[in-house]
Amino acid sequence: MRLHTFRGGVHPPSQKHLSADRSIEVLPLPPRLYIPLQQHAGAPALPVVTVGQKVAKGELLAREHGVTSAPLHAPSSGTVTAIGDFTAPHASGLPLPTIVLDTDGEERWVESEPPPDPFSRTPEEVARQVGAAGIVGMGGANFPASVKLSKARQAGVHTLVVNGAECEPYVTCDDRLMRERATEIVDGAAIMLHALQAPRALIAIEDNKPEAVQAMRDACQNDARMTVLSLPSRYPAGSAKQLIQLLSGLETPSGGRGTDTGLLVHNVGTAYSVHRALRYGQPLISRIVTVSGGAVAEPRNLEVPLGALAVDLLNYCGGVSKDCARLLMGGPMMGQPLPGVEVPVIKGTNGILALTAAEAGEAQPASPCIRCGRCVEACPMGLLPLELSKRARSEDWSGIQALGLSDCMSCGSCAYVCPSHIPLPQYFAFARGKLAEQRREERKSAHIRELMEQRQARFARAEQAKAEAAAKRQAAKKQRAVVMEEED
Amino acid sequence: MNINPVAGAPHAHDGDSVSRLMGLVLLALLPAVLYGVVLFGWPAVNLLIVTLIVCLLCEAGCLWLAGRSVRLGLMDGTALLTGVLLALSLPPWAPWWIGAVGGGFAIIVGKQVFGGTGQNVFNPAMLARVMLLVSFPVEMTTWLEPHPWLSGSAPGFLEGLLITFGHSEIADGVTGATILGYARTELVMNHALSQILPEHYHTGFAAIGWTGGSLGETSAILVLMGGLWLLWRKAITWYIPVAMLGAVLVLASGFHWLNAERFADPVLHVLSGGLMLGAFFIATDPVTSPVSRGGQIVFGIGCGALVYIIRTWGGYPEGVAFAVVLMNAATPLVDHYLRPRAYGRTWSGQSRPISERAKHAAMGRDAGSGSR
Amino acid sequence: MIAAITTLTSLGLLSGLLLSLAARLFQTPGNALREEIMELLPGVNCGQCGYPGCGGAADALIAGAASPALCPPGGSVLARTLAAKLGRTLESAADGPPLLAQIDESRCIGCAHCGKRCPTDAIIGAPKQIHAVFQEACMGCGLCVEVCPTECLQLHPQTPTFATWYWPKPMLAGV
Repeated sequence: MRLHTFRGGVHPPSQKHLSADRSIEVLPLPPRLYIPLQQHAGAPALPVVTVGQKVAKGELLAREHGVTSAPLHAPSSGTVTAIGDFTAPHASGLPLPTIVLDTDGEERWVESEPPPDPFSRTPEEVARQVGAAGIVGMGGANFPASVKLSKARQAGVHTLVVNGAECEPYVTCDDRLMRERATEIVDGAAIMLHALQAPRALIAIEDNKPEAVQAMRDACQNDARMTVLSLPSRYPAGSAKQLIQLLSGLETPSGGRGTDTGLLVHNVGTAYSVHRALRYGQPLISRIVTVSGGAVAEPRNLEVPLGALAVDLLNYCGGVSKDCARLLMGGPMMGQPLPGVEVPVIKGTNGILALTAAEAGEAQPASPCIRCGRCVEACPMGLLPLELSKRARSEDWSGIQALGLSDCMSCGSCAYVCPSHIPLPQYFAFARGKLAEQRREERKSAHIRELMEQRQARFARAEQAKAEAAAKRQAAKKQRAVVMEEED
Repeated sequence: MNINPVAGAPHAHDGDSVSRLMGLVLLALLPAVLYGVVLFGWPAVNLLIVTLIVCLLCEAGCLWLAGRSVRLGLMDGTALLTGVLLALSLPPWAPWWIGAVGGGFAIIVGKQVFGGTGQNVFNPAMLARVMLLVSFPVEMTTWLEPHPWLSGSAPGFLEGLLITFGHSEIADGVTGATILGYARTELVMNHALSQILPEHYHTGFAAIGWTGGSLGETSAILVLMGGLWLLWRKAITWYIPVAMLGAVLVLASGFHWLNAERFADPVLHVLSGGLMLGAFFIATDPVTSPVSRGGQIVFGIGCGALVYIIRTWGGYPEGVAFAVVLMNAATPLVDHYLRPRAYGRTWSGQSRPISERAKHAAMGRDAGSGSR
Repeated sequence: MIAAITTLTSLGLLSGLLLSLAARLFQTPGNALREEIMELLPGVNCGQCGYPGCGGAADALIAGAASPALCPPGGSVLARTLAAKLGRTLESAADGPPLLAQIDESRCIGCAHCGKRCPTDAIIGAPKQIHAVFQEACMGCGLCVEVCPTECLQLHPQTPTFATWYWPKPMLAGV
């Protein structure tokens, strides 16, 4: 199949050799797990358990709230000891409502019937089961997978793209998953094809993972609907928009959905979770996480129960050395800097990295923009990062929106090549935050105005009622006076 | 553990920096500079040094006045590069105050007044050259034939100091015009090129730079090599040099074919007057040229066309400085209108719907492919 | 020379005449602007701007004596709208998070004075019961703070939550 190309992109050193050849190891069960109620795009889940309740592995802990939401399940058996705020794995360090589960070590599964053959069920049922298992996109945006599948089927998607590109440096969890559990991934993809009622799937893998390509090809031998493609590695080939463009030459319309192109992208980890959910009835309660970086003693790929703290993973990998300059969740290009090691692993955690200062490319302060244009060349979305950052700096909000800030996906390619070391994505994040804040304030202003008007109307009505009552009394008094005069 | 919680993504960098970039450009200019020094001797060295020192001092002074870090500002190498490019465009035996006034003007009025590095509208070196040319026409058009360094006819060190800082009879006695200047005066007198050129112009000599001219415009070949090396090191993109040289070549070829006696051949144009220097080192200045591919091509074509027009029909024999400064003024406009097409949008910026035809083509093309 | 002086002087006089006629003819009644500004201001007369009521603030704005960012309850939304209406630019104010009222429940005596004062009904509570402030409806005008006898009502900066946090503006050193 002929591959197309996408614009821009960069070639950071992949650094995958640190962990690519370490097969997946199961992390020893930590004594305590912290499960935040928001691990997905959409509304946070609502707890259905109470403090002190004993739960089994896989038991429902929180149900979805609204259409775009996902439920949470117990990653292991134990007792719920608290439901309260805990540090989120987020740069702000702010807390999220979290369920704290003390594990009892028994790993006792919840009782359930073995699920029926997924291919005998209707596509809607399959999508519903996927949703009930709490499966969200495990490659980045963490969007609830069932919603994606249903909407894609309705939009008439004809090709499922199974995303094994994994373009971020250091992260090798998808690589190992494909090498070791290829048949399960292919089965999950087949189930998703059934849910989509789509005729074929493309499994896209970057060419720096030849063993994974081979393993997946072997697993797809007997299914003519599946094609494995090896892509030239370039960051961000794993981004859904760029992947669609690579495979089909089509661009998702700005402001439109990816499914408008007829292709739907899902991560290999998501496909694997679909297989576990539909074949064994197991909800999403664990995932593969790569622990890597120059400051980690022994980089590894671990199968981790959700809610394990980053410190548990780092300690298992030999600990973090003193020259760690950055602690990240995710890859170095788009990863979240973590406020500390005591943060939980969530559904979207594909890597925990401890980078040295040299690896993180810091040490130089930012200098003025020299308009070299490298950011423009590197931007996969065809934007002008230098102009966007200038508008963000002078707080020209209408200008920055006119230049297409909403198209930016914060991939970081621009800042990677900037010779002046300008923190471009941080300007964009600041601008987005400010614009969101303005929208919130405008809504609040309108709301307050409404409240004030309602209050004034209420007082006016009260005044009017008083006046009417007074007028009535006056009229009655006059009436009585007249009557009394007449009587005299 | 030393964690920096407020540093945002990305946490990786390709390791390049502005000073490294400027360093590459200076390195690429080195052969041409050395050759110019060899051709013109001690006075050229003195002029170069004076210009550089004045540029650096003015930059330091302006940064200090503005309350910015002087060390960081000087280390980024932009003032040094401006000084070198300015000196390369001056007559090699010009008096020291030409270099000083030019350097001061370039840095203070050409750059710092606009806000410093990255904020200037015009190329500072070319702005200064234009100012000097207009204000001191005599000193700026006093060219001379090469006097190889350390050869018998060249001035010695002390003599060189006298030429640059004082008054010297030797300088008066050896003036001559550049080929473009000479050709222009002769053409005005309606002599044909076939009469004018043979005595004064030889392609081979022009290529290796054995002609009169400014310090940096003489050896087109060394400048070209430096420029190609910069391209290979990815310090500049190829759009501007190719567009600029291409425009000159096309126009020159066209008019030369129309009337070979009146219009010089394209090779002469390319090899003389600092066009090579302009194409690779001056027009490619990132601050004053457009950022997008299309914009750079338009900019290059504009520069090339203006160079040819000014040389052929304008009031000055040499047009690179004026052409570059004029196109610099157009850069914001070019940048505004010539932008890359954003993903998922049309050229006019609207959302780009996918046609049914494109959708079916994408599906149909790959229908029937099995697993590989 | 005389001709030149005469021409230029008469041109100047003519232009002056035309301009004053135009100013008279196209004059917008000043009151209309004042009314429009009064519409935009909250109309609570809390006095936080330092002018006598919202009317005083409107006059000061028209006279150019006050900045469009003068009204804390209006927030940055109002500041932007006023700046746009008056054709003035807003200096990027070091606007911190908005101030919102909060009740220290240990000191609330349930006098209910605050609830009566609040222009947006943001305070709930019955007499002799502890009161509380709806943060979503509070605009920080401070009228309730003035009347609270135990001073349990204070204005505090809004604390960022997970939903409201965003990356701060990068500061470039040496630039």
